[in-house]
Amino acid sequence: MGLASNSPLEHENLVERIIKELQDLPGALLPILHRLQDELGFIPPALLPVIATGLNLSRAEVHGVVSFYHYFRSSPPGRNTIQICRAESCQAMGSRALEVHAQRALRCKFNQTSADGEFTLLAVYCLGNCACSPAVRVGDEVYGHVDAAKFDSLVAALSTSEVQVK
Amino acid sequence: MTAALTKIYVPRDTTACSLGADRVAVVIQQHIEKNQLPLEIVRNGSRGLYWLEPMLELETEQGRVAYGPITPDKVDEFMAAACWLRSDQHPLYLGLTEDIDYLKRQQRLTFARVGVIAPTSLEDYCQHGGFAGLRTALAMKPQAIVSCVTDSGLRGRGGAAFPTGIKWQTVLDTASPQKYIVCNADEGDSGTYSDRMIMESDPFSLLEGLIIAALAVGADRGYIYLREEYPLAEEVLNRAIDVAYANGYLGKAIAGSNFSFDLELRLGAGAYICGEETSMLESLEGKRGEVRSKPPLPAISGLFGQPTVVNNVISLATVPIILAQGAEHYQRYGAGRCRGTLPFQLAGNIKYAGLVELAFGYSLRDLLEDFGGGTRSGRPMRAVQVGGPLGAYLPESQWDTALDYEAFIEIDAVLGHGGVVAFDDTVDMSEQARFSMEFCAIESCGKCTPCRIGSVRGVELIDKICAGKAPAQNSILLEDLCYTMANASLCAMGGMTPIPVRSALEHFAEDFEVDAGPASRPSPQA
Ligand SMILES: Cc1cc2nc3c(=O)[nH]c(=O)nc-3n(C[C@H](O)[C@H](O)[C@H](O)COP(=O)(O)O)c2cc1C
Ligand code: SF4
Ligand code: FES
Ligand code: FES
Repeated sequence: MGLASNSPLEHENLVERIIKELQDLPGALLPILHRLQDELGFIPPALLPVIATGLNLSRAEVHGVVSFYHYFRSSPPGRNTIQICRAESCQAMGSRALEVHAQRALRCKFNQTSADGEFTLLAVYCLGNCACSPAVRVGDEVYGHVDAAKFDSLVAALSTSEVQVK
Repeated sequence: MTAALTKIYVPRDTTACSLGADRVAVVIQQHIEKNQLPLEIVRNGSRGLYWLEPMLELETEQGRVAYGPITPDKVDEFMAAACWLRSDQHPLYLGLTEDIDYLKRQQRLTFARVGVIAPTSLEDYCQHGGFAGLRTALAMKPQAIVSCVTDSGLRGRGGAAFPTGIKWQTVLDTASPQKYIVCNADEGDSGTYSDRMIMESDPFSLLEGLIIAALAVGADRGYIYLREEYPLAEEVLNRAIDVAYANGYLGKAIAGSNFSFDLELRLGAGAYICGEETSMLESLEGKRGEVRSKPPLPAISGLFGQPTVVNNVISLATVPIILAQGAEHYQRYGAGRCRGTLPFQLAGNIKYAGLVELAFGYSLRDLLEDFGGGTRSGRPMRAVQVGGPLGAYLPESQWDTALDYEAFIEIDAVLGHGGVVAFDDTVDMSEQARFSMEFCAIESCGKCTPCRIGSVRGVELIDKICAGKAPAQNSILLEDLCYTMANASLCAMGGMTPIPVRSALEHFAEDFEVDAGPASRPSPQA
C-alpha cells in the first residue's frame, strides 16, 4: 500500500494511469482492481465510473465484480490488516478461541477496524500454513502456531500507539 | 586466499518463515560477517518436514546434514556451537537429511527437488534433472506427448481426478488458431499446501509442465491463476517467470525450437469458488467468478471461448518427470486405477505435520500414525477430514481405507487434493458440520438456489437440532436439504457440501444431541 494521498483528483489521476497501463491485457479488470488496491488500500467507489468508462463496461458490471470478491474492499483499512484463518485445519488447533480473543483484544469484530485505526480484522479461509495452525497473516507476513499470547505480542509489536491488549 | 565456503541452507517457504526462518537467516548472516565465518547462506525451499522447521542444512563431505527446529531464539546458541567444524555435535542434529525416516519412507517424484534446490536458480534446476522432460517433448510429435501423459495414468490432482491425457487429447483434437493453458493455483482447500510448496520451492517444474502442455496441445499462451493468499508464491513465481524469459524458456523460440509460449501470472481475490475451473475462467476474463454450466467443456470452449487446458499445479508439475522418465516408469507406482503418487499434506492436530508424497495404496492409518505420529495435543485422535472442506469426516473405523480415489468414493468420501486434517477428542462435530454449511454460504457463487439458499438453511437447521428444537423433525429436513443440494446444485460446491455434513451426522451423531454442548466433552487444549 503506497501513496495515500486522499484527494479525489489524485485518485482519479492514479486510476487513469493504471487503466492506461493495463487496459490492453485480456480480462484487464481484475489486474486493474488489484493494482488500485495495492496503491490505495481500497477501491474508492467514486472511481468505479472511471474504470467502467476506461474498459467500456457498465458501472453495474464493475460494481458486480468488485463486490463479488472478498478481497476487494471499498473503504480504507486500518494501518495493519490482520487476517485470522477460520478454516478447518486451524479450527482443529484452536482458531475458534483465537477468533474470540482477537476480537476482544482489538475491540472490534471481523471486517471492522480498531478504534485507534491501527488494525483491521479480517477472516481468511486457509493461508496454506495448515502444518502450523492456527495461522494469521499481517500484510504479507504469515505466522504459525498463533495462540492468544502470540497474538498479543504480535499486536504489541505492530502498534505505533500504546495499545491496551486485554 | 578465499577458501571455498560451506553452504548452509535456510528455507524460504511460507511455513518455515511463519516460524521465523527469515529472522534466522538474518542472524546467521550477522554471525558470518562479524566472525568472518567460511559459510554461505543458500535460501532453499522446504523439505516439508514442518515440525522440524526452521530446519537448517549444512553441506558436508557425506552429504547434507540437518538441524532443527532452529527457531530464532536458538540461533545464537546454534552458531556458537560452530557445527560447520564438527557437524554432529549438536543436540538438534538430525543426521543426513536424506536419511531422516519421514523423508526416506516417501516416494518423491513430483517433489524430488523440493527443498533441495534454490528455487529460482536455473542452474540448480538443470543440475537436478530440470528440463529433461521438455527436451524429450521437443523431439516428439504433439500426439506422442499427449499419449505419453495418457499412458502414465496421471489423473488431475486438483480434486476431480480426471485423466490428464484425455483432457489434453480433447484440446489437441479441437481445431482453433488460439488455445490456452491455464494453471489452477487457487489451492483453496483447508489442509492443503502442496501447490504452494511447488510454487515456492521448485517453480520451474511448474513452468516446465506448462510449456510441455502447451507444446502438446498447440497453445501459445498460458495463465497461472494464483490465489491472493500466497504472497511468497507470487514473488517466487514472478521471479521464475522472469528468469525463464531471460533464458529462452518462455517467449519466442523456446530452448532453440520454433515453438513460442507466453505465460502470465494472475491473482485471484479471495474467492474459494474461483478454484472451480469455469469460475476461474470467468475470473480470468475479468468477470464475477460465477460458475458456467457444462457443457461446453473448457477443453472445447474455455478461456475467451477458446479450447483450454485447465490443470492443477501438481498435475502440471508432475508432467516433466513423466516425459523425462517415461509413462511406464510413472505408472509403475500406485494401485488399481490410481497410478503414480499423491503428495499428501498432514495438517490440523497432528504431531508430525508435513508433506508426504506416497504412491497410492497405503492406508490412511499409515499416514496418520506412521507419519503423523498421532495428535499434536497428545489427546486421542477422533476425526479426520480428508480432501478439503468438501471432504468427509472419517471416524477411526474408516482409517484402514486405502488411499485411492475409488476406495474413498466407496465410503462416501473423497481424496481430493490430498489434504488430511486431524482433530482430537475435543472436537464438536456439530460445529464442524455447521461450519461446512456456513462456508458454503460464504463462498457460494450464488448462481443456483440449492447452494445459495440451501447452505443458509443448513446452518439454521443444525442450530435448531443442537438446541433441541424438534430435533427428529429437523434432522429429516436436514437430510432432505442435503439430498437436494447434492442432486440439484450446478457444481460441486453445493453438490459436495453435504458430504462432510452427512459424515458428521452419520459417524458422530452423539455430538448433535442437546446436552452434548462443549461442557460435556473434555475441554480443548489451552
Ligand atoms: C468449489 C471447487 C473448488 C475447487 N478448487 C480447486 C482448487 O483450488 N485447485 C484446483 O486445482 N482445483 C480445484 N477445483 C477443481 C477444478 O474445478 C478442476 O477440476 C481442476 O482445476 C482441473 O485440474 P486437474 O485435472 O489437473 O485436477 C475445484 C472445484 C470445485 C468445485
Ligand atoms: S453450486 Fe453454488 S457455487 Fe456452484 S454454481 Fe451453484 S451457487 Fe455457484
Ligand atoms: S486452514 Fe488455516 S492455514 Fe490452512
Ligand atoms: S466436477 Fe469439476 S467442478 Fe464440478
